[in-house]
Amino acid sequence: MGKPLDYELINENVKKTAYAVRGELYLRASELQKEGKKIIFTNVGNPHALGQKPLTFPRQVVALCQAPFLLDDPNVGLLFPADAIARAKHYLALTSGGLGAYSDSRGIPGVRKEVAEFIERRDGYPTDPELIFLTDGASKGVMQMLNALIRNENDGILVPVPQYPLYSAAITLYGGSLVPYYLEEEANWGLDFNTIRQSIASARELLQFCFMENLALLADEVYQQNVYQDERPFVSARKVLFDMGPPLSKEVQLISFHTVSKGYWGECGQRGGYFEMTNLPPKTVDEIYKVASIALSPNVPGQIFMGLMVNPLKPGDISYLNTVNWFFHFLLYSKTILESLRKRAHIMTDGFNSCRNVVCNFTEGAMYSFPQIRLPARAIEAAKIAGKAPDVFYCLKLLEDTGISTVPGSGFGQKDGVFHLRTTILPAEEDMPAIMESFKKFNDSFMEQYEDYRGYSRM
Amino acid sequence: MSAGRCKASIDFSPKPKIQTPLVSRDTASLITKRFLRNIKPSYGSSGEMRRFVTEKARRVLSSYLLSSSRSQPSSSSLLPPVALYSTAAAMASKLNPPVTVETLNPKVLKCEYAVRGKIVTHAQRLQEELQTQPGSHPFDEILYCNIGNPQSLGQQPITFFREVLALADHPTLLDKSETAALFSSDSIQRAWEILDGIPGRATGAYSHSQGVKGLRDAIAAGIAARDGFPSNADDIFLTDGASPAVHMMMQLLLRTEKDGILCPIPQYPLYSASIALHGGSLVPYYLDEATGWGLETSELKKQLEEARSKGTTVRALVIINPGNPTGQVLAEENQRQIVEFCKNEGLVLLADEVYQENIYVDDKSFNSFKKIARSMGYGEEDLAVVSFQSVSKGYYGECGKRGGYMEITGFSADVREQIYKVASVNLCSNISGQILASLVMNPPKVGDESYESYMAEKDGILESLARRAKALEDAFNSMEGVTCNRAEGAMYLFPRIHLPRKAIDAATATNNAPDAFYCQRLLEATGIVVVPGSGFGQVPGTWHFRCTILPQEDKIPAIISRFKAFHESFMSEFSN
Repeated sequence: MGKPLDYELINENVKKTAYAVRGELYLRASELQKEGKKIIFTNVGNPHALGQKPLTFPRQVVALCQAPFLLDDPNVGLLFPADAIARAKHYLALTSGGLGAYSDSRGIPGVRKEVAEFIERRDGYPTDPELIFLTDGASKGVMQMLNALIRNENDGILVPVPQYPLYSAAITLYGGSLVPYYLEEEANWGLDFNTIRQSIASARELLQFCFMENLALLADEVYQQNVYQDERPFVSARKVLFDMGPPLSKEVQLISFHTVSKGYWGECGQRGGYFEMTNLPPKTVDEIYKVASIALSPNVPGQIFMGLMVNPLKPGDISYLNTVNWFFHFLLYSKTILESLRKRAHIMTDGFNSCRNVVCNFTEGAMYSFPQIRLPARAIEAAKIAGKAPDVFYCLKLLEDTGISTVPGSGFGQKDGVFHLRTTILPAEEDMPAIMESFKKFNDSFMEQYEDYRGYSRM
Repeated sequence: MSAGRCKASIDFSPKPKIQTPLVSRDTASLITKRFLRNIKPSYGSSGEMRRFVTEKARRVLSSYLLSSSRSQPSSSSLLPPVALYSTAAAMASKLNPPVTVETLNPKVLKCEYAVRGKIVTHAQRLQEELQTQPGSHPFDEILYCNIGNPQSLGQQPITFFREVLALADHPTLLDKSETAALFSSDSIQRAWEILDGIPGRATGAYSHSQGVKGLRDAIAAGIAARDGFPSNADDIFLTDGASPAVHMMMQLLLRTEKDGILCPIPQYPLYSASIALHGGSLVPYYLDEATGWGLETSELKKQLEEARSKGTTVRALVIINPGNPTGQVLAEENQRQIVEFCKNEGLVLLADEVYQENIYVDDKSFNSFKKIARSMGYGEEDLAVVSFQSVSKGYYGECGKRGGYMEITGFSADVREQIYKVASVNLCSNISGQILASLVMNPPKVGDESYESYMAEKDGILESLARRAKALEDAFNSMEGVTCNRAEGAMYLFPRIHLPRKAIDAATATNNAPDAFYCQRLLEATGIVVVPGSGFGQVPGTWHFRCTILPQEDKIPAIISRFKAFHESFMSEFSN
């Protein structure tokens, strides 16, 4: 008798699932790190792992919620500002039993209300807290929704390629089919709108497409805080939809995801997130609630972080007057992080574009760079002999030579015969020039080695 | 494409009698192309990007049509463009939207989770009514005895754990001298140790998908100290509570509805829900109420063979020890028989050990299944054991933190890689929960500054829980037609109610399970929320409810007297 967990006997959907961000390259990088090599991880958008410091205020509030006995200590003012204390009391009062009690499976009602107010401020249209579910990071929300939607392999989800591999992984895991649509690299992946009006126009067309084709729109809007150019503020799919008015605003089913992991917050380790549902029938919402209830509740500290993110300190708050100085630093600090991210994005794009056979679009709004690597035919052959996809081959060599850990484009999907790698723009700004230099050195010598005419000329 | 969409598209088609998906799909495509070509946005911009997106949408659609190997539609003009927008709107309003209950994953519809089911929703409604109209019900507050959520009922967290968590959440405190005045010295030291084990001391970063290595090392050390057998950090997967770990194992094991999992009846409904969600079959085995919810291997064998004879491949055995909802603690000899059974039958042993700290009787103690297997001389090659542990239970009861882990042993390297891959899709579990899991497995030791206060808090909670369990057990046994087994462990009592025929008839008349009817009436009369036994499974024709032992001790007498008064009036109302 075979053993119960023989590889042959486990769920095929599990085996089929590929998750590139933590795939072969990541495992090899971890091995090299164990061997004592210095590895620069650029494979996951994980800003704090790369030295970004957390915002102070949210950490103070959550620390106080963790240790509520501090609130009764006469010395608490020595360590915590008054507004953090007030806010901690506010959130503790919203919970039923502090951070240690399960909340409602959809999240603490008071925090969902704060999220609803944030959405209304952002979009100009009110929303119902009952249609907002807090989750352990956006990934859990995406997985919950896909699990609810996918019945069998005849159910498809249209996913942009290149895509974030969570989508392909979760779709495979739940036994559905990924239907790819290709983003145009020449048009900067469809992200390079010259004006805010253009980007809204394109969002309108996508919504019309969903309406005509009767598709639900799953809007991954986790990077909404991350749009670098101030003159192009984020406009949510929901706002565009409601601006269009009926019938679309009443018909198109929209689920929007958000997280505390991205933007200048970068609080990945907290696993805080939410999704908001528009135009879903109440019975469907009930089913989604039921599935959420099997997981009991999202983690409560993560929920508080979400509350703090959607309800930040702002001018006009009573406590603002007492903490002008502190708040000034808070603002300055937020701005510094954003500006630094933008600078890093520029250094990286320029660095890639200075390399032989590498073309890269400026990363707008996201934490990633996705340069195209034009691999010579001989490199592709060499990869074949090594039994690797060409971009995996390139990335492994890059890792071995330089310690830079990236994700091959094949993990995200790319057109046939076109190769990419994905890096985050998150290494510290001061390390960036050295990283790009070391990349350039590797790349150019790689190209030297595999480009045909160079080879001949040496002979 | 859903059936509803195709049907609705036909309404719009100029050839309404041809009711094939091909026509409707082609028509839809054509409409879209024409629609996108003809819309005149009021804001007037029709720049390059607009065309780009239009093209993109067209490509999406054509690849979608090609992939379903249908021919492309001809592009003859079928409709006057003027009518397009409003006709399209009319069409859409008749459509079934893409996401409806009818088109959801049927496995989602099938799964049930009673702990947060109908009675709880009703209780929440009553609570709102009490707030808006005080005095509208014969009680002042809702007493939640439905869910193991101790801190929501006033149980205090362990101070040491919270000190460490606060420091880890806000590490700059560690650089301030004032911190020593507010925090115990060993909590400061522990926070340093933990932060030093996290790369970059970044508690805001995603960790390794199995959890922070340093924390897994600490947990493995805690397990080894508990069991007297070694444990390996690579075997540990930290998760957001124990539930995601259970889901991961079900996902791995269940391929089709022909794959079965042996589960106790009564069982914690996470198992039935997770098996349903992952499309497998639950193979029940019955715990014997007459012997204090005893677990007979003869029963396991009988159910296994019956399932096999029906063509079910049984993959694993779930054991909940101490039991949920039944509260029994397995005897060591019994555990040995179970290990032997799993080994002989080639089953994975899924050991739900989340109540390992909750034991209230002197004649029983907790033994992990891994320890039992190792003490029998069985190693990794002999059987696969998965142990689930959570920060939500025990004396800590930190439900909101969603911390937990599974320790997997006896798995081949290629299977472990698959588990790792599944774990990595969700990136990692929350760091605060990970830290807490390491703390509960390594509490303060003799000589640490916090040791005495920690022990006082821990013993205080556990002793109080034992008193509450005994008081409720005695109270239930004193009621007419109610029998309740000894609460040896966990956080629940699962009394049996012998309902009069009239009550059963009344329940049937209102389309309710008799125990659900009883629980509903209890709620409406007293505000006490318990879960009907039918949510956990029970021997057909028997009726139970699950009641937690978690309300604060000073509330127990009132709960008992309200419960008794209700029960008496219920029994007299329905007496034969």
